[in-house]
Order: sequence, then C-alpha cells, then structure tokens
Amino acid sequence: MKRNTKSAILRYFILTIGAFIMIYPLLWLLGATFRENAEIFSSAGILPKHPVTEGWRNAFASYGGQISLLKALRNTYLIAVPKVILTLLSVTLTAYGFARFSFTGKKLLTALLFATLFLPQTVLYVPQFVLFHRLGWIDSAHYLPLIVPAALAGDTVLVVMLMQFFRGIPRTYDEAARLDGCNSLQTLHYILIPLLRPVLISVGVLQLLWTVNDYMGPLLYVKTPARYPLSVYIKLSMDADSGFAWNRVLAICCIAMLPQILVYFIAQRFMTPETGGIKE
Amino acid sequence: MKQTKNHAGFLRRNRHFLYILPWLLGFLLFRAIPMIGSLVCGFTDFHLFRGIRHTGLMNYTQIIQNSEVLRSIGLTVKFACISVPLRLCAAMLAALLLNRAVRGIRTFRTLYYLPSILGGSVAAAVLWKAMFRDGGTVNAILTALHLPAVTWLADAHASLWVIILLRVWEFGAPMLMFLAALQQIPQDLLDAAKLDGAGAVRCFFRIRLPMISAVVFYNLMLGFCAALQEFNAPFVITSGGPRGATTLFSLLLYRSAFTANEMGFACALAWILFLLTAAFSGVFLLLRRKLVYDPDEEGAA
Repeated sequence: MKRNTKSAILRYFILTIGAFIMIYPLLWLLGATFRENAEIFSSAGILPKHPVTEGWRNAFASYGGQISLLKALRNTYLIAVPKVILTLLSVTLTAYGFARFSFTGKKLLTALLFATLFLPQTVLYVPQFVLFHRLGWIDSAHYLPLIVPAALAGDTVLVVMLMQFFRGIPRTYDEAARLDGCNSLQTLHYILIPLLRPVLISVGVLQLLWTVNDYMGPLLYVKTPARYPLSVYIKLSMDADSGFAWNRVLAICCIAMLPQILVYFIAQRFMTPETGGIKE
Repeated sequence: MKQTKNHAGFLRRNRHFLYILPWLLGFLLFRAIPMIGSLVCGFTDFHLFRGIRHTGLMNYTQIIQNSEVLRSIGLTVKFACISVPLRLCAAMLAALLLNRAVRGIRTFRTLYYLPSILGGSVAAAVLWKAMFRDGGTVNAILTALHLPAVTWLADAHASLWVIILLRVWEFGAPMLMFLAALQQIPQDLLDAAKLDGAGAVRCFFRIRLPMISAVVFYNLMLGFCAALQEFNAPFVITSGGPRGATTLFSLLLYRSAFTANEMGFACALAWILFLLTAAFSGVFLLLRRKLVYDPDEEGAA
C-alpha cells in the first residue's frame, strides 16, 4: 500500500514536470505578447514585468497593402469551412464503398488506396502545379486547387481511418436496415452515420487543423495578397518585423493558435480518443 | 466470364462502385496523372515560361554530380533518422506514463497533446525561431542552469537540432495511438508476468512493446514519410541556412521548381524523393514481416 502511494506520487511528479516542459513554450509565447520589445528576450520567465498591450494592438494594425490580420483570418476559414464539409462528404462515401461493398477491381483499388497513404505530397507539388496552371486555377478566387482535391477524398489517411471504424460496426445492422426497406444510401444516413458521429467529428477537426496549418498549399496557389490566408500572413509579418517588433509577431501567432486550440477543446469531448492526428 | 454475358447484371453487381467514384476521379486526376506526368517531365528541360525539350537522363546525371543535392539528401535522411525515433520514444514514454486510470489523467493527456494541435503550422515555427534565436529564451535557460549558450540558428550542427526538437515536441499523434494500443493489452497477461517476477522494464520489452509493434511500425512508416518531406520548419525558421545546413530536400525542390521555374529538374528531384521514401517504406515493410506480432490483421496495410 505504502509503496503504491509512493509510486503514485512519483508518477504525478514526473507527469507534472513533463507537462510543464510541454506547455512552457506556449505559456512563454502568451507572456511575451504582453512584453515590451526590449524586454522580450531578457529572461526565460513567463510573466512580463511591465505588461503592455502594444503587441496586441499592433497585431490588428495593417502593414499597408490589401491584407490585414482579420482579412487573413477570414480567408483561412473561407478555405477551411468548404474543405471540411466536402471532405466529410467524400471521405464518408469512399470509406463506406470500400468497407461494405464488393465490385470489380476492388482488390486493385484497395491496394492503390493504401499505396497513396505513403505517397509523399511533396512529390506531387510540381506536376500538380503544372496541372492547376493549365486549368487556370492558380490564384483562383475560390481556392480551387486547395479545395477540389479534398472534395474528391484526396486525404487518404482519413478514408483509411474511417474504414477501420466502418468495419467495427457489425454488418447485421446493415442487413436489418435492408429488411426494413432501406437502400444502401438510407442505411448509411439513418444507421451508420449516427453510429460514427464521434469519428466523423474527429475527421472534421483533423481536416480543419491541417487546413489551417497548411502553408505550402497557399504559398503555391494563392498569389493575390488580398487572398492570403493566415499561415502566409504570419510568415510575411515575421519577415517584415523580426528584429524589432517581436511582440507584434508573437501576438499574431497567438491569435492564429487560439481558434485551433479552442476548436480542439470543444470537439475533444465528442471525439474518439484513438484518432488524434496522424498526418503532419 | 458471366459478367460479359449479362451487361445489365454487371452494372447491377457493380452499382456500389458509385460510392468510390469521387475518390477514383481524384486519384486519377490529382495523383496518378501528375505522377506519370512528373516521370515524363523528369526527362525533359521543361521550364514553366520557356519551352520543353527532351533531354534524356540529363537531369538525373546532373543530380548525381551535384554536391548540393547530395548533401541535401544526406541531411534529410539524417533529419528523419534522428527526429522520427526520438519523437516516437517521447510519445511512447508519455503514453506509458499516461496509461493509468488515475485522477486528472485526462488533463495531463490534453496538456501533452496541446503542442501537436499546432502541427506544421507557421505560428509554431515562428515561436520556435523566437525561442532559439541569439539571446533568446532557450539560451537564457541554459545560462540559468550554468550551461554554455549555443548559437542555435547560426551553427551548422545546432540549427538542424532546432528543427528536430520542434518535431519531437509535437509527439501527440503517435502518443494517442500508442495509448489506445496499450489499453488493448489484456490485463491478465501483465498480471501473469508480474506473478512470474517480471519487473516493469521486462514487462515493457517482453509484453507491451511486442503487443503494440504493429502500431509502432505504422507510425515509423508514416513518420519517415512525413520527415523526408519536411518543409515548413526549415523554410520559416532557418530558410535552409546557415550555409545550407538545414536545406532539406523539399526546400531544394521548392527552390528549383518555384524560384528557378526549372520544372523538369524539379520533377527529377521529386522522383528521387519518391524513390527514397519508397526505399525506406520497403525496408520497414520487410522488418515488419519479421518483427511484428499481428493477432488479427487482415493483411490490408
């Protein structure tokens, strides 16, 4: 008994130290946004000595030109919201098809599906860029190069993840629904999707986080500054300000991180624990 | 075969093919065709604004002779070989610590996962740059601990470590998968081992690790696949410097494709990266067959 309490205390001790190391950079970031620029790098502490809101106020100010923080934030979600909705739709249909039905050539197609899991996106950037260039999609006002591939179930990892969960639901459910007169689409809609809700929320959240974090995509396909999403805007502000106005840059980073962390916290209670982000 | 005899029957049997049609379209349009296109393109001197001419193996012979490219391949492999195992070790340690139903464990799990939400984001990279810069926070900590300060971003060896540390910090995704796998291990197996006098370390290496080896290998493969194409961190934190010490392969590819517009050369580079990734995946698959315990795998992956 005594040995157990001792090991429990030790475990909590290690857990706490680990947790502190993990979130120290984020706490430091939050503290630094309230510091004066001269003071930011003076110590490793978290709390500012003379808190100022200069960084936060400047963060919302424009650098000139057609883009500002709020516009960039809006652009990010102009990409993310349609992308998440279309991903959920296409990924669900694809996973359903692969997990539940047989058709000619299924073996080959399944192999291709799994092979794309390990096909590096970087390999595809050049030929995809040429393709989108030909299609006239570069700098499209609707962010077509970023959204259309996802709308066609381009994120194979999510398909594979969802397939595992489809397989976890006994087929007897489908058969019962069929006996009650459901066709396959109705079975999906009325029986399977409600059962898969936690996984679908995970899929949506993951796609949202990946999209908001994506930098290479917008860097290649968005050219007009007024259409820049947040990730490109942060890089711009860092290039413009590093060396002097770090509190402003860090405040912008902070504002960029907050919605993601918020979404994660809200969604967490509805998500399945095993699915937390697989892709980078 | 029967199918050809009865056309309507064939369509009927394959009607559920419609469900995967969007994926198949996307696969052909955005993956298969670009992939083949880039293979063809790699044997030309295609320039986005000039023209295209067949040049045979020239791009590839240039790559083999180009010391910058070779160095970049070496750096990328080094980056992957250090960052992925370190990241998975951190994830495993955290998963073992968190694998206990005690009070507050959910909070700890969330805190450990928090950095991973930021993933490859530019914001996280900027934060890292601020912390590791000269006279930055990390050096302030080192000084407080009476350790020598390091010029992280200007030193050829240290700069790669800055990027490695960023990726190790974000170990949440494998941690959650390890945790889920650890919780699947039947408790009586561990109890039996304990009765036989096995300690915690022995239990880990003889029971836990073999039981979850499938998940470990899956993460190794995905981890290498991601690390070999790392772009955001070196691009934002070091711009590939100092003196090319963090010019990972993706950065080189990006520059030749989108700064120099030499699409032909870039396609050849992309195929080298593809072959490199395939080689690593192949080795892991071979090792997997030897080392992994699979109670109920369907042979899908």
